Amino acid sequence: MNPEELLEIAQRIVNWGRDGEQVEAIVGHRQETEVRVYKGEIESLSVAESQGVGIRVITNNRQGFAHAGTLDQKVLAETLAEARDNVVFGSPDKFFGLAEPDGVAPPKLNLYNEALLQVSTEAKIDMALELERAVLAGDPRIVGIESADYGDALSADAIATTTGIRSTGKDTSCYLTAYSLASEGDEIQTGFGFSVSREPGTLDIATAASDAVERATRMLGATQPATERVTVVLDPFVSAQFLGIIGGTLSGEAVLKGRSLFANRLDEQVAATSVTLVDDPTNPDAFTASDADGEGLATRRNQLIGGGQLEKFLHNSYTGRRSGSTSTGSAVRGYASTPGVGCQALSLVPGERLPSELIAEIDNGVLIQGVSGLHSGVNPVSGDFSTGAEGLRIRNGELAEPVREITIASTLQRMLLDVTAVGSDLTWLPMNSAGVTIVVAEVTMSGA
Amino acid sequence: MIEQSLVLATLSEALKTGGEFAEVFVEDRQSSTAVLDDGKVEELVSGRTRGAGVRVVVGDTTGFAHTSNLTAEGLTRAARAAAASARGSSGITKVVGLTEVQATPPQQVKVLPETVAKVMKVELLKTADNAARATGAAVTQVSACYADGRRRILVANSDGLLASDDQVRTRFAVSCVALGDTGMQTGYESVGRPIGFELFDEYEVDALARTAANRALTKLAAQPAPSGSMPVVIGPGGGGVLFHEACGHGLEADLVAKQASVFRNRVGEQVAHPEVTLIDDGTMAREWGAYAIDDEGRPAQRNVLIENGVLTDYMWDLLRARKEGRESSGNGRRQNYQHLPMVRMTNTYLSNGTENPADIIAATDRGVYVAHLGGGQVNTATGDFVFGMNEAYLIENGQITAPIREGNLIGNGPEVLAGIEALGNDFAMGSPGTCGKDGQGVPVGDGTPTLRVASMTIGGTAA
Repeated sequence: MNPEELLEIAQRIVNWGRDGEQVEAIVGHRQETEVRVYKGEIESLSVAESQGVGIRVITNNRQGFAHAGTLDQKVLAETLAEARDNVVFGSPDKFFGLAEPDGVAPPKLNLYNEALLQVSTEAKIDMALELERAVLAGDPRIVGIESADYGDALSADAIATTTGIRSTGKDTSCYLTAYSLASEGDEIQTGFGFSVSREPGTLDIATAASDAVERATRMLGATQPATERVTVVLDPFVSAQFLGIIGGTLSGEAVLKGRSLFANRLDEQVAATSVTLVDDPTNPDAFTASDADGEGLATRRNQLIGGGQLEKFLHNSYTGRRSGSTSTGSAVRGYASTPGVGCQALSLVPGERLPSELIAEIDNGVLIQGVSGLHSGVNPVSGDFSTGAEGLRIRNGELAEPVREITIASTLQRMLLDVTAVGSDLTWLPMNSAGVTIVVAEVTMSGA
Repeated sequence: MIEQSLVLATLSEALKTGGEFAEVFVEDRQSSTAVLDDGKVEELVSGRTRGAGVRVVVGDTTGFAHTSNLTAEGLTRAARAAAASARGSSGITKVVGLTEVQATPPQQVKVLPETVAKVMKVELLKTADNAARATGAAVTQVSACYADGRRRILVANSDGLLASDDQVRTRFAVSCVALGDTGMQTGYESVGRPIGFELFDEYEVDALARTAANRALTKLAAQPAPSGSMPVVIGPGGGGVLFHEACGHGLEADLVAKQASVFRNRVGEQVAHPEVTLIDDGTMAREWGAYAIDDEGRPAQRNVLIENGVLTDYMWDLLRARKEGRESSGNGRRQNYQHLPMVRMTNTYLSNGTENPADIIAATDRGVYVAHLGGGQVNTATGDFVFGMNEAYLIENGQITAPIREGNLIGNGPEVLAGIEALGNDFAMGSPGTCGKDGQGVPVGDGTPTLRVASMTIGGTAA
């Protein structure tokens, strides 16, 4: 379905609103294809179409919400009735209220590439097969793959409100991803590689394959090192995950609710001077770029940390109003939830030097190429940071032997201050933050 | 949920291109969630999702499509889309009859959540908020979440299977922030069972809230966790996730078949201490991962994975089992109708040992005692896994002493299994969990008695 049809449905729901009621409807539609191949055959091929609606009602400063996974006319009315029924059970809060048009023009990004629609299912399958072949041929030590996938999605959404918001968006995306298995003797190591784009023609099979091969093979022979305090280099895939956690602590919601370790620290030096952190969903290079946020307001560029100094928190309409300011266009949500606050396309402003140049200056360190357990070992409220990791030792400016079964630990506060360099290799990834090589001093590496 | 004639017609349509196997999975779920945060009931949310997934199998290829349109037209379209992805020449063109599988639900639901007045759900939140804040003046923030869900499923396949289940789950969680001289700390506790609102006849939400608050308060005095390798004692109930990660995932037949498990080719081998028996049991009444049938229509089973330290079997779904010419073990699960099923755990637990838990602690010179674990993650191919410590203490000279701050532990599955050197006699199940695999989350349970692992690496910052 195209966004205009979705907007019509959203507007129809909004028109059912009664006097004294604020109503917001968000309607989404998504078409997906997913191919997984294994040993030269299709293991699974899924084609899917899904849609849904979320309806928020605010009456007398109370809010209710309901959602449904269909756009069936009868269900739309039932969902509105359910949201309305839910209103009376919420606590009153004078800051509740829908977004109102604020005059900021949407960036009008071109995130929809027609070319995706012209690609046949056979061609998509062929790309996954070619990726698998390329991984297997990449190195004699590659003994198999865990998965080689092609996937794409075409999504459209629309938001309408009784306050006059009418917003639409549509985008295309596609990806290739491979998980490889490398073996020598009894040992097995794994690696991954991927490529993402807005249309299949620009997917990079060769890079996805060689990353998967290199990440697995270079871990062969990895051992657990002794515990010590070292300089760590986070590769882009790791730093993006780290930045995502930092971004979460800068949400106005976390600040207002007393869960941000950066509350009351505006204008303070919270990071090294090389750290300038920007959330910019208007950047078309970001795979999570969009014209409008989750409340239908135009997205905008927000600089959160500039030269290490904390400049801004992100807000949706509610947190903006409650903190005496305005929305920064940072409402995030799907149709099945009320708007939260969050980063949409976070990145560090890159530095001047290549990762290899940064590594050349390190006498004793570790390049971290993968982390695990970020959800269990990092507490964004206290700032405690501890994660499983694997990577390569850095000795006298050169990459050396692989290490595994280690953790790296510090606190989020310390790590930001301990950043000693930011690389020039800014890479947009299939997540809401971009990666760039960063060097962090004084991190505890736990091992044997 | 839908007419049997429509199910048969959909299966026949799915087989038209020569598929060897076809399946229809229909799901209708409704949920209600209420969240209190910052002293206010933010909102009540109601959700409704309904749809069907159709899969067609030819050789090693599976075609899959799903739809939220449960009319003949919608199902036919999904069946054709799935069939287009898997063309074969099997010659089965018609499914003549379906035989209903009878499976006993592990437990009865007494009070369906949808029949409970919304105001009662909201009251629970307020009770929890008050109790948490009353626990200590340092408790500065509380959020509480009530959630219930009802999931009705129907599965039919071209083998003539027809099965259905009505799964209800109710859950309550509290999370607190406490503020002290060293900054903020958090505490969390939850309870959940595959039953209805009668959950709250058994559990007082104020007690739950106090547990969460006390976890946060205790950590205000916590010192940085140690770094490096040392013995780890895990408390009863809190440690199940260790085995879920250390070996559970590695015993899933789909990963084993792809050589992506360190436990491949090891059935029959002694992999752990002779006292170690690991079981995955989907029939375990009232536990979070329990169900009558799995999402392929197979009744849940109790599967012994490791018996007296010997690896006895993997866990299986329908496709992996067919390939090996054996029966599924009832572990084929999916997040919802929009996903293909795969091998998943249910309630995974390590059965009781014989030692007195106090003796296990007393016999530990220096180490870490983990009272409550957080989530975890594993690389099944290498066996390396991590899990978080939500509540943990130092052990010094055989005594539990100072609380330590949060962090991860890292270990290697086979090494940790081999390194279990003491098992207590105080078995307990842990908190309700959600297990993620390949982008799909499903409810799971786990449990252990008190146990000691000879050595694991603690991911702290202290020497």
